[in-house]
Amino acid sequence: MNRFSYLRAGSVEEAVKAASADASARFIAGGTNLVDLMKYNVERPTRLIDITRLPLNTIEETESGGLRLGAMTTNDEVAHDARVRSRYPLLASAILAGASPQLRNAATTGGNLLQRTRCYYFYDTATPCNKREPGTGCPATFGRNRIHAILGTSDHCIATHPSDMCVALAALEAVIHVAGPNGERTIPMSEFHRLPGDRPEIDTTLQHGEIITAVELPPADFGSHYTYLKLRDRLSYAFALVSVAAALRMDGSTIAEARLALGGVAHKPWRDPDTEAMLRGHPASAERFATVADFILREAKGFEDNAFKIDLARRGIVRALSQAAAGTPQSQTDKRIR
Amino acid sequence: MLKAQGYVGAPQNRVDGRAKVTGEARYAAEFEVPDLAYGIVISSAIAKGRITSIDASAALAIPGVVQIFTHENRPRTAWFDRSYRDDVAPPGSPFRPLYDEQVVYSGQPIALVVADEFEIAAHAASLVRVEYETDTHMTDLDIKRSEAYVPPKKRSGVTPPPSPRGDADQAFAQAPVKVHGEYRIAIEHHNPMEPHASTVVYEEDGKLTIHDKTQGVQNSQRYVSSVFGLSSDQVRVVSPFVGGAFGSGLRPQYQLFLAVMAALELKRSVRVVLTRDQMFTFGYRPQAIQTISLGANPDGTLQSIMHDAVQTTSSFEDYQEVIVNWSNLLYHCDNVKLTYKLAQVDTYTPSDMRAPGAATGVTAIETAMDELAYAVGIDPVELRIRNYTEADEANKRDFTSKELRACYQLGAERFGWSTRNPQPRSMREGRELVGWGMATGVWEAFMQKTAARAVLHADGHLDVSTATSDIGTGTYTILAQIAADTLGLAINKVTTRIGDSSLPKSPVQGGSWTAASAGTAVQVACRSVRETLFKYAREMDGSPLANASLEHVSFADGRIVLTNDPETGISFTDIMRAKGVDTVEAEEMAAPGMMTSLRYSGYSHSAIFAEVRVDEELGIVRVTRIVNAVAAGTILNPKTARSQIIGGIVFGIGMALEEESLLDHNLGRFMNHNLAEYHVPVNADIHDIDVIFVSEHDDKLNPMGIKGLGEIGIVGTAAAIGNAIFHATGKRIREYPITVDKILG
Ligand SMILES: Cc1cc2nc3c(=O)[nH]c(=O)nc-3n(C[C@H](O)[C@H](O)[C@H](O)COP(=O)(O)OP(=O)(O)OC[C@H]3O[C@@H](n4cnc5c(N)ncnc54)[C@H](O)[C@@H]3O)c2cc1C
Ligand code: SF4
Repeated sequence: MNRFSYLRAGSVEEAVKAASADASARFIAGGTNLVDLMKYNVERPTRLIDITRLPLNTIEETESGGLRLGAMTTNDEVAHDARVRSRYPLLASAILAGASPQLRNAATTGGNLLQRTRCYYFYDTATPCNKREPGTGCPATFGRNRIHAILGTSDHCIATHPSDMCVALAALEAVIHVAGPNGERTIPMSEFHRLPGDRPEIDTTLQHGEIITAVELPPADFGSHYTYLKLRDRLSYAFALVSVAAALRMDGSTIAEARLALGGVAHKPWRDPDTEAMLRGHPASAERFATVADFILREAKGFEDNAFKIDLARRGIVRALSQAAAGTPQSQTDKRIR
Repeated sequence: MLKAQGYVGAPQNRVDGRAKVTGEARYAAEFEVPDLAYGIVISSAIAKGRITSIDASAALAIPGVVQIFTHENRPRTAWFDRSYRDDVAPPGSPFRPLYDEQVVYSGQPIALVVADEFEIAAHAASLVRVEYETDTHMTDLDIKRSEAYVPPKKRSGVTPPPSPRGDADQAFAQAPVKVHGEYRIAIEHHNPMEPHASTVVYEEDGKLTIHDKTQGVQNSQRYVSSVFGLSSDQVRVVSPFVGGAFGSGLRPQYQLFLAVMAALELKRSVRVVLTRDQMFTFGYRPQAIQTISLGANPDGTLQSIMHDAVQTTSSFEDYQEVIVNWSNLLYHCDNVKLTYKLAQVDTYTPSDMRAPGAATGVTAIETAMDELAYAVGIDPVELRIRNYTEADEANKRDFTSKELRACYQLGAERFGWSTRNPQPRSMREGRELVGWGMATGVWEAFMQKTAARAVLHADGHLDVSTATSDIGTGTYTILAQIAADTLGLAINKVTTRIGDSSLPKSPVQGGSWTAASAGTAVQVACRSVRETLFKYAREMDGSPLANASLEHVSFADGRIVLTNDPETGISFTDIMRAKGVDTVEAEEMAAPGMMTSLRYSGYSHSAIFAEVRVDEELGIVRVTRIVNAVAAGTILNPKTARSQIIGGIVFGIGMALEEESLLDHNLGRFMNHNLAEYHVPVNADIHDIDVIFVSEHDDKLNPMGIKGLGEIGIVGTAAAIGNAIFHATGKRIREYPITVDKILG
């Protein structure tokens, strides 16, 4: 870990200004990812801008009937908020599928969006890694890639985005509010994270100096037919091999609207509107779900250790859609998969 | 004799429990020392080659950096590699930290940055630039197995495979039923909660007091003395509490060397703590590839056992464990051929990890036996009973005791095994396939030469001590129980001191031998105190015990009384006052009986029954029920004993389903070196675990009939789970851990 200076920002403006002035400054929120990365010398900020005292820690109703989650709300607060639980249970469930109670108490909404990949090589400065040090190569492609991506990979990087919360946010079409040196703007969730392409060092479309102020959840009607199914190497406290966020609006036994997002398979939460269209207007059935699963995975490509993820994802999608259609969402506290 | 209703045999809370939950118990990195310097280890990035330059200038320029030690400037230490040997070292040339520019494994310590503050050291360490010239390394056992060899020199305490008996090849060829398979065990790292750490206190007179994370304070003491040329009275190693070790603390690890080196050179106290990723830069359970061929008659009786293992070791030491011998030890057979070979890879030397060898070998043979049960169509328990052996056939010795038959029977009863439909995929509930599997466990019952001291004070307080450690097993508690019973004292009148090299001689805590060894030593020392005290009592003027003999008195509630007239007696205090002494002391040595070890083999046994539920579509496995029936001689403390077995079973669940250190062979480096990506079971993975202690009388091993419980819980557990997965799914997976990809694949 390197030495750094520390600033506790008193306002969003001050935070943005301080960050813009220093290319190697970083905001620190819960610190659960950033501090680890600093200990590993993966992140070496010269300045930390503490944003935990900014007044971004509330959950409020929006005019359109949605909710606005302040960037500094903790994962735990969001997951246990009564409004979130009743109107966006998919989000609450996804958050509770991740990390541990201790981590969720510290981790924030903004920080969760910006957590970095868990690729082993990215964390280990003794190895090359294009994401950490552009141009050095990607040892994961020919090395240990059990936890790596099967969709949207590039020759330069096959890492995944590890968040559970973000998979639900993608399905719910959340909108990210940011403030920066040039004022405020919004970024739809689908455009927030990016694919690695030839610039794997860039995870998101957020610019340096920009701060996330809130995540807006548009009004939604997925309170009764949803699930967050996380498949992993142990039943708790592990990152997803594959996770599936499914949200349906049912009209009797027919699917009126569908949202489907995958985690653990790509550099961003994976969503494909064409796939969702294939569900709309169809009765819920295992056959339909299987067709849809094949379709969303049509371009999936496995590597030596992770080819199994394609099959696992296919099975997971069918199960998740069945759970959602039946109104029997996966519990995050049961010691079993439903 | 131990009292019938004493502490021994009754559940007893840990005497150190309160200290542990209140934080009063201190661990190696927690001792406050004035003017302490902090060392951070720099680890090599390459697996093999040489360091061509180390540029520490930027790091040295940081205020507060005291010194950066590398092979270029390290102080002189012992010249010969044999000086680096420790009590547990396998044959070979032990690793010498910072010895020269050669790199022999990835993660090797190559520099120590010492600074006034931990944060300064960490920062400085990140600024040290190292250049290497790389050589081609090889870490892949699949490639190196073709060069495997029989270790020319045997490792002390590890029995090589016995010579073949009968003609196993021919018997296999002629056997009506054959089973043949290759079984793989992944590399595992111990991952105790407490990382390795040494706080070396540089005393005013230049002597060293070392708080070391170790399973053997005297092993560490000897190592430090030998490597740094110090006399043993200049080095004291203490380790009163150990935050888990599982074998990783048997050998002195490099943080000890580095901290001592720096303290001696700087004449200052130094602490070195390894990071979690550095916990993946020394010993581990080696990878093993085993092939087993079993030939049997249609009635299941074994006609041939062939079991071959090849296992990794480092390029500098021939680490060895007992893997294949278990097959014949468990089952009667006249035609047996067992082989064990090593293959060198460019990693650090493996080290003993909970039930070393047995966890590996028994997993394979017990999987193969399940396959045989299906091949002959005989219930797996019945198959094992048909091949039961009453003797250690390879060594032509009887067992000191063996209640394995009762383990099978009681375990099966508790589990409800008799209702099992052997047909794979015959049970399901909802989306899950249900499977029941079983396996046998076995572990050697060792005893090692150990000394203990007992000091009875006039106020009726007893101190007992020996240099052994308590790695969480409950050693403090059982020693206090034994001492309290032997002298008839309340347990809160007994203070146990362990984990200090200045205490009476004890081997490292390992092999499940501590209860038997330290326990017996404490008992013998307390008996000696008894005798002295009784002698004093008889010598008292008008002693009511003057004509009694030791057999006719009891020691109870701090008094010696006539057994058939408990009203008549004298208190310890009165005896000592009359004699004019403040203490009665004894130091005694206990050792295994030579005749016993020549004539008998001592083992603990178990039968494990597992229920798994496998999501048929998703391949996700849950271990919903385990019954483990253990026969391990006298159970000193059923409460801590049960904890040991449960811990072993959880370890076994990890081995069965989760634990695997992933080597990148291109880089020669372990990659999942943290607890987020190296998976051990969490609470959500653990369901019902039921432990039965089968009554077993052993009058040959040691006076109390103790066999030890540290390792037996893991042995066989992975096989029972693998066998249950087969029963559930019809799929035989011979490669552990059985992760979801293997179930779906
Ligand atoms: C052992 C372990 C297990 C975990 N398991 C899971 C899991 O199963 N599922 C899962 O989803 N997550 C998991 N996590 C990750 C966890 O969710 C993230 O670490 C956490 O959400 C990050 O939030 P934070 O507030 O601590 O971020 P920080 O660590 O403070 O920051 C992370 C990054 O975000 C930036 N940042 C933070 N807030 C803002 C803001 N408002 N505007 C702009 N930039 C900002 C920081 O500069 C930094 O680059 C795990 C973490 C650990 C350590
Ligand atoms: S997958 Fe991406 S993060 Fe991982 S080593 Fe390759 S470039 Fe780095």
